[in-house]
Amino acid sequence: MTVFDRHMNALSQTHSQGVVMTQAYLEIRDLVKSYDGKQQAVRGISLDIRKGEFVSFLGPSGSGKTTTLMMVAGFEMPTSGSILLGGREIAPVPAHKRNIGMVFQNYALFPHMTALENVGFPLRMRKTPAAEIARRAAEALDMVGLAAFGGRHPREMSGGQQQRVALARALVFGPDVLLLDEPLGALDKNLREQMQVEIKRIHRELGITTIYVTHDQSEAMTMSDRIAVFSQGVVEQFAPPLDIYQRPTTRFVGSFIGDSNFLDVTRQNDGLVAQGIGALNIAAPSQAGKFHGLVRPEAIGLWTGGDEQGHCVLSFLIEGLVHYGDSVLLIGSAAGLNLRARLPSVQASHLHEGDTIRIAWRENDMHLIPVQ
Amino acid sequence: MTTLRNERALLWLLLLPVVGFLAVFFLVPLSQVLYFSVMDPGFTLKHYTAFITDGFYWKVLFGTFQTAAFVTVLALLMAYPLAYMVVRLGGAFATTILLIVTMSFWTSFLVRTFAWMVILGNNGPLRAAMEMLGIVPAPQLLFTRFSSTLAMVHLLIPFMVLALYSVMKKIDPNLTRAARSLGASPFDAFRRIFLPLSAPGIVNGCTLVFIMCLGFYVTPVLLGSPREQMIAGLIGQQIEEFLEFGEASATSVILLAVTLTVFALYNRFVGLDKLWG
Repeated sequence: MTVFDRHMNALSQTHSQGVVMTQAYLEIRDLVKSYDGKQQAVRGISLDIRKGEFVSFLGPSGSGKTTTLMMVAGFEMPTSGSILLGGREIAPVPAHKRNIGMVFQNYALFPHMTALENVGFPLRMRKTPAAEIARRAAEALDMVGLAAFGGRHPREMSGGQQQRVALARALVFGPDVLLLDEPLGALDKNLREQMQVEIKRIHRELGITTIYVTHDQSEAMTMSDRIAVFSQGVVEQFAPPLDIYQRPTTRFVGSFIGDSNFLDVTRQNDGLVAQGIGALNIAAPSQAGKFHGLVRPEAIGLWTGGDEQGHCVLSFLIEGLVHYGDSVLLIGSAAGLNLRARLPSVQASHLHEGDTIRIAWRENDMHLIPVQ
Repeated sequence: MTTLRNERALLWLLLLPVVGFLAVFFLVPLSQVLYFSVMDPGFTLKHYTAFITDGFYWKVLFGTFQTAAFVTVLALLMAYPLAYMVVRLGGAFATTILLIVTMSFWTSFLVRTFAWMVILGNNGPLRAAMEMLGIVPAPQLLFTRFSSTLAMVHLLIPFMVLALYSVMKKIDPNLTRAARSLGASPFDAFRRIFLPLSAPGIVNGCTLVFIMCLGFYVTPVLLGSPREQMIAGLIGQQIEEFLEFGEASATSVILLAVTLTVFALYNRFVGLDKLWG
């Protein structure tokens, strides 16, 4: 049975039971980590991760995402809270008994071993017979497209190749969970995109539950089933990528992912009023008083006239233009607000700094985030 | 181009003082030693044949090797855990320990050797303590192989610690973590990953301490047993007591040859450029 088969079998068993798919496989409950007893690096995180799911931990450095990963891996002891894997508490289990594969940012390949010996290492630690180690390690290297490189030492391989070996090594023993700690951070852009595709392919083939730590929002957006957005030791939102982008639940999430404009919106009587704009014709959410009105720059377009019903139309002074080739970012002000609008380049070729233009967005494109 | 060439010439000029100094105060005396070792007063090899044919010299040479090897192993066994802790724990602990280790360099070998004489002396605190504990009569400590070995280990440990530390601190801590995540127990992670990667530090430290031991003079002479001389002590005795400059020179040349052989072996298998990390 190959690595691939083993995982497919495990996966199909899970499928046949049906219910398991929607149940939490890796449960993180009220996880807290404090190094000095005073400040908390992780301040009460709870996440339910499903079997076979690809989850990204996204956030700025120091937001607690790596600390959380280290606690799942077993390198850090939680101050309080619990981690359950398949219903079993693993917080007290030492790292080497957790059966969790991990890929590090700097690859962490053993420099005194060949690629094949590196990949065979976890099997050797499991007292697998030598012949089986050789076969399975070669298979795993083949899976990442490095069948011919088994005899090379890490220093004789490129960064991308080393990371593939690290990936094969983390998967060869059929771990229950795969953890990736900013695995592509050290690679250049082209190689990074190539590896993203590769990691997604392997995830699809093996169906292994994966946690991917990154501070790169586009990486998280393109790869994940769900994203957990970390900020200052808490998870601000845990949802599929499109939800995170279109319906952020906090201002931080709205500003960290993608480009954003925020308008102050307040409830007055039964309607909503936006600062600088006036009454809005959208249904007021049931929550209280004040909102951040989020308008993505790409939701803003040139106003060519017509029925203004359902639109916010403003006169906009262009203070700066940033050309991206396919699009142009307009930076300027309208109705006393600083706004950013992103237009397709073909629509913006006639625009210059200092021009005043009419811009508009559909009121429905404004997403309201209750002020906490 | 010309300025570049001038700069290079200037750099060579900077080397001149040290080259001159070594030529006058090292190469000249060394050639003199070589010269004395084959003259008495005319050319002769009798000092060498005397060394080779007399079993006493061989015994001293062998004893020196034995002591050097023993001191090296003891220093390694004590320095390794210390260097390991410093690297693993890091932070203020590491800084403090390293400071203490380097501080011992500020006190001369001679002073520390005298300190051992006081501690181990017949009226010293160690024997007094032993007698208080009922070990009567307390064994002779000073002027034994034990005392000179103990002091040499103490004097040379800092070299071993620094040689180990300079290699260990370059070992990525994630490697041990990676090993643990792949199923290695803490001991396996140490044995299969950390220990082999720290091997260059072990080889460096051992070579350094072993070579320093071979030529150690003050400590064995002041603390050691007169009946179990080390080779440097023997050379001193040949000059000071017997005025046998020829014999002393021949013995020196042999010690130099032995030391260079150890260096050559190290260079052959490791590379001299790696000696200081």
